[in-house]
Amino acid sequence: MKHIAFGILGAAALGFTASAASAGTLDTVKQKGFIQCGVSTGLAGFSAPDDKGDWQGIDADFCRAVAAAVFGDGSKVKFTPLSAKERFTALQSGEVDILSRNTTWTINRDTALGLNFIGVTYYDGQGFMINAKKLPGVNSALQLSGAAVCVQSGTTTELNLADYFKSNKMEYNPVVFEKLEEVNAAYDAGRCDVYTTDQSGLYGIRLTLGSPADHVVLPEIISKEPLGPAVRQGDDQWYHIVKWTYFALLDAEELGITKANVEEMKASDNPEIKRVLGQEADTKIGTDLGVSNDWVVNIVKAVGNYGEVFEKNVGSGSPLKIARGINALWTKGGLQYAPPIR
Amino acid sequence: MQEHDMSWVRTEMALAQPAPPSERGLYAWVRKNLIATPGDTILTILGILIVAWILPQVINWALLNAQWTGPDRTVCATVAQGGIQPDGWSGACWAFVNAKFGQFMFGRYPIEERWRPILVAILFVALLVPMLIPRVPRKGLNAILLFLVLPIVSFFLLIGGVFGLPHVETSLWGGLLVTLSLSFVGIAVSLPLGTVLALGRRSKMPAIKLLCVIFIETVRGIPLITVLFFVSVMLPLFLPEGVTFDKFLRALIGVSLFAAAYMAEVVRGGLQAIPKGQYEGADSLGLGYWQKMGLIVLPQALKLVIPGIVNTFIGMFKDTSLVLIISMFDLLGVVKQNFSDANWATPQTAKSGLVFAAFVFWLFCFGMSRYSMYTERRLDTGYKR
Repeated sequence: MKHIAFGILGAAALGFTASAASAGTLDTVKQKGFIQCGVSTGLAGFSAPDDKGDWQGIDADFCRAVAAAVFGDGSKVKFTPLSAKERFTALQSGEVDILSRNTTWTINRDTALGLNFIGVTYYDGQGFMINAKKLPGVNSALQLSGAAVCVQSGTTTELNLADYFKSNKMEYNPVVFEKLEEVNAAYDAGRCDVYTTDQSGLYGIRLTLGSPADHVVLPEIISKEPLGPAVRQGDDQWYHIVKWTYFALLDAEELGITKANVEEMKASDNPEIKRVLGQEADTKIGTDLGVSNDWVVNIVKAVGNYGEVFEKNVGSGSPLKIARGINALWTKGGLQYAPPIR
Repeated sequence: MQEHDMSWVRTEMALAQPAPPSERGLYAWVRKNLIATPGDTILTILGILIVAWILPQVINWALLNAQWTGPDRTVCATVAQGGIQPDGWSGACWAFVNAKFGQFMFGRYPIEERWRPILVAILFVALLVPMLIPRVPRKGLNAILLFLVLPIVSFFLLIGGVFGLPHVETSLWGGLLVTLSLSFVGIAVSLPLGTVLALGRRSKMPAIKLLCVIFIETVRGIPLITVLFFVSVMLPLFLPEGVTFDKFLRALIGVSLFAAAYMAEVVRGGLQAIPKGQYEGADSLGLGYWQKMGLIVLPQALKLVIPGIVNTFIGMFKDTSLVLIISMFDLLGVVKQNFSDANWATPQTAKSGLVFAAFVFWLFCFGMSRYSMYTERRLDTGYKR
């Protein structure tokens, strides 16, 4: 996401992607009996190990949802933690079947790197957190002129920051560090007034500060970081299964199907719910996709609907307490929108 | 019969008198070591002040205020941070280490299978301890068990897939298990391989010499991190799809070859320190090459370079953390990975985890270092240097 050197490496890999995509991923996955899912090496709320060492988070749960769609069992997934440098090679070389690793969807990755992004499971963007004690009364990023800003060097974050202040004709004083840990420590020690990185990350960092109540995440988002899972290019069947798993999570939320009520919902009179849950007579929706007809039931039973996944991992059910914001359904003023299952 | 008149002649040796009180006991030690000169006195006072300033804080943080058990972040966070501790509290979050201890030791090795690495650890200790105590007999058998049988048994025990043991892929390994298995294999491979390379480099046969020089200089010329990165990112692209070459094995080979190249130069230093007369003496006795090296030269050379050898071992033990670059999680890697668990995110978590990792690394390195000093003293049969 952040390192330019990566594109070069990925481009070098291009020649190999065609052969990698030739075998049907669904058949290979069914044959080996599990899905190999590439996750991050640890990002709070997206993919992080719990006390038992199991992966938890939105990205991890998405892979469980795909496993539930394919096998009817959300536990048939193995996780491969991947560094930012390794992630695309791992997908291209077939080491993982899905890359579900807080990866920003860009045109370069969609085309030149031979990946197919299936959608946006989390709309992220670069935000600001300020120390309200040092900057009293600030409630918008446009009031930050002259502030000392902590930022990690060599990232797109640093470039976005420069662009934003320049385009708004504001001055700032960058305090740059190589490592994320150093940025955190400097900010906590008060060496700068403002911290900037992806907004979802700001909430995680706030938990590690001495007095979180003094720190406010500002509403402005200055860059688009649509994070989503990706699969290899050239395997349409697998691409469709992963993509529609994402849509099924959204449609289930829209129709009010939850982990708790999915069994009752099967008996619902609502034709749309019946169709989604595969209860219509002679339905072929699931089999046409290459999975069983009760695939949505399996998905929701395994991880719940999109809203449940969100709240459990980053929302009210987690210490991060991130508001739904633009990640709410389109019906509630957000951007999450899925085509109908019919 | 005495010709000369002497009033008194002492006939026995005078007994040694105890040192005067000012030269012995606690007072003398203090006077000599702490307050001998005004400069010393100032340094002593400064030292005491620094200790008095730091020690209470360390004890407070690490022991008195520390939280030892707890279900999640609330026990290690103050009220303002969303926890239960009073504001202003600062203490180690050993509860985090406690909750994640299994992961720190074994990584994501399945919980119900963790008896297997524990059994391997018990076997390892049971074979290593008698090996390290010089008085225990049957060193030959012990060495065979430790360096040949144990790795094979451990391999099958840890990987599984035979005798009804479920298969555990190496990608699930982590923590101290990875650190120790990488270093043990590295140590067991690098010493013999390094010795052979060192002999090869001093060989009179040009082909062997060239080969050894090329290997040593190439491996020493590239950073370990580059090789690990290369085998993890580039190698899979050159292999056909589906052919994966186990990551752990790649790391194992990389680390072992690296340590061997460094070891070769350490051993070569020892070989060069042996006087020519020793070689000639062996020749004049009619010993062949291997006898000469095995009986005369190497025992002396290796003894000379024990500090260098242990230095390489300790360096390698700590270098294993670099496998993080290929997403293998050694002890430090697992500790850092768990900082991302939002359920444990507090200001104290990272400090506590890193202190724990540092303590474990220190324990092993200090152990190796003390044992090497003991060995040096025990083998110090010849001239002192």
